[in-house]
Amino acid sequence: MAKRVSASNVTAYYGGFKAIENINLTVEPKTVTALIGPSGCGKSTFLRSINRMHEVLPGARVEGSLTIDDQDIYDRDVDVTAVRRTIGMVFQRPNPFPTMSIFENVVAGLKLNGVRKKSILEDAAEKALRSANLWDEVKDRLGKPGAGLSGGQQQRLCIARTIAVEPQVVLMDEPCSALDPISTLAIEDLMFQLKDKFTIIIVTHNMQQAARVSDRTAFFSIEKTGDPGRLIEYDNTQKIFSNPSVKKTEDYITGRFG
Amino acid sequence: MGETPHRSADAGTGGTRVTQSHERPAGASARVAEAPVSTRSPGGTELGGGGALPRSRKFGAERAFRGLTLAAGTAVLVIIAAIAIFLVAKAVPALRANTEDFWSYEGWSPNETQPKFGIGALAFGTVLSSALALLIAVPVALGIALYLSHYAPRRLGTALGFLVDLLAAVPSVVFGLWGRDVFSSPVADFSVWLNQHFGWIPLFGGDGPFGASVMLGGLVLAIMVLPIITSLSREVFLQTPTANEEAALALGATRWEMLRTAVLPYGRPGIIAAMMLGLGRALGETIALALTLGITFNISFNLIQNGGNTIAANIANAFGEANETGRGALIASGLVLFAITLIVNITARAIIYRRREFTESAA
Repeated sequence: MAKRVSASNVTAYYGGFKAIENINLTVEPKTVTALIGPSGCGKSTFLRSINRMHEVLPGARVEGSLTIDDQDIYDRDVDVTAVRRTIGMVFQRPNPFPTMSIFENVVAGLKLNGVRKKSILEDAAEKALRSANLWDEVKDRLGKPGAGLSGGQQQRLCIARTIAVEPQVVLMDEPCSALDPISTLAIEDLMFQLKDKFTIIIVTHNMQQAARVSDRTAFFSIEKTGDPGRLIEYDNTQKIFSNPSVKKTEDYITGRFG
Repeated sequence: MGETPHRSADAGTGGTRVTQSHERPAGASARVAEAPVSTRSPGGTELGGGGALPRSRKFGAERAFRGLTLAAGTAVLVIIAAIAIFLVAKAVPALRANTEDFWSYEGWSPNETQPKFGIGALAFGTVLSSALALLIAVPVALGIALYLSHYAPRRLGTALGFLVDLLAAVPSVVFGLWGRDVFSSPVADFSVWLNQHFGWIPLFGGDGPFGASVMLGGLVLAIMVLPIITSLSREVFLQTPTANEEAALALGATRWEMLRTAVLPYGRPGIIAAMMLGLGRALGETIALALTLGITFNISFNLIQNGGNTIAANIANAFGEANETGRGALIASGLVLFAITLIVNITARAIIYRRREFTESAA
């Protein structure tokens, strides 16, 4: 259960501001794809257009076409909630629901889908927490508040919450930027395991992380502040980091700008 | 609002931190004052280096301010004690003179030579009208608050929020007069309709006349507490972290599901606090009810017949022609009202406290 994501000519706006322009890119199933680039280059905007979270902000809109396995997610007849269930998202800062216990957090998505039976929820919660490498740490305190965990545990809880609804694609928006190195390592290990089942797209500022975890890397950049972000180069991660075809990519990954 | 216990805990630690640091900065500031002297003297030590540390000051602004805050804090206790002593001292003689049971007698004639008065009907009327008011106001207020915070365009939301706050500024006597002279006739018509179709329910039974009833009083009260509950809940809803709202949406929640998953649970302690403030106002409301209720002294669940009374309304109506015992009796009823509001507040605190583990980690 993993699907191919294709973007063609995707352009996204915040009101009158054009944040990204003409992004064309295809992400293969069961791979990890990293989006890298300097701040403000539109990589998060692109990520949020993939599960239609971009349009949540007032005045934000997307043009062009985005498909998962040839189904246009911006089609008029497509239910936006179904899109978001199919394409899960993990955010920059861990955001478990503060009023809910660990267990309730994990099954929150399932409950939204109308699953009520306790045994099903319990099984799903254990499965998701095991997949997120969190089960052993929390199995004795599932009734405690999710917000009482450490930052790294909270982020894994959020990953468990996302994969509990069994999405096809998992988007991660700088999932480790608020975490310490050990928690980061735990999440990176987790990504390796998760790509057996899911298509993963991750935005990261950390180029070592992109090099470690991803199969393919997309480099975004902008000409100057106020210009829309563009996709500069998209290739195998190894190629991008050893022998990029575009000069700008090389400048960025060698630390000459950005 | 939501994290009242949390914030007060913060304030507590903040307070101790201030008193702890109080000693040392006092020394530090003295050292700064001393520094120019030592640099001016030849061969003097550098700022903060060498030499004996100066003694902490015995008197000064710090101490004076501490004394002032202590006095302000003590004043609260003194005022409460003074009120309590006054109320009890006035109430006890009247209660002694009462020839009927204070709790169960349904009537209020304390000015006779054989004083007879009972609190039962008044306390019941107070609770009934306030409960009715909350029952009507809370769903409407939460609806308005959710609309203003999450559905309305930002500018419209701000403008409407301002209007709601204006409603809170209308004096209660105006609400009372409006209720009596304008609102009572539609309520009377509605009451007749209720009586015809739902007369078999005791709440809507009776033979009339209808109009100046608990229903009218409750509706006027509901309008009066609506702005408090609305604006407080709106504030709480606006404080919901965007991250949580986005988390719910990203799981595939519709807007209403997002509100139910992220916003309402997060705002729960705040909603309870808002309800309790509204209830406090409803319980203590005097003139609006004195003007709209039909003033009877019996315990009845009937909502639409003329009648109903509350402790505060009774005090307003009866104080003018009360004698010594009459005033004492009214003061005793005031004590009971105080006890009722106290119980309401303690209950609310308890509800918020029970979930503190979840609300504290929320912030």
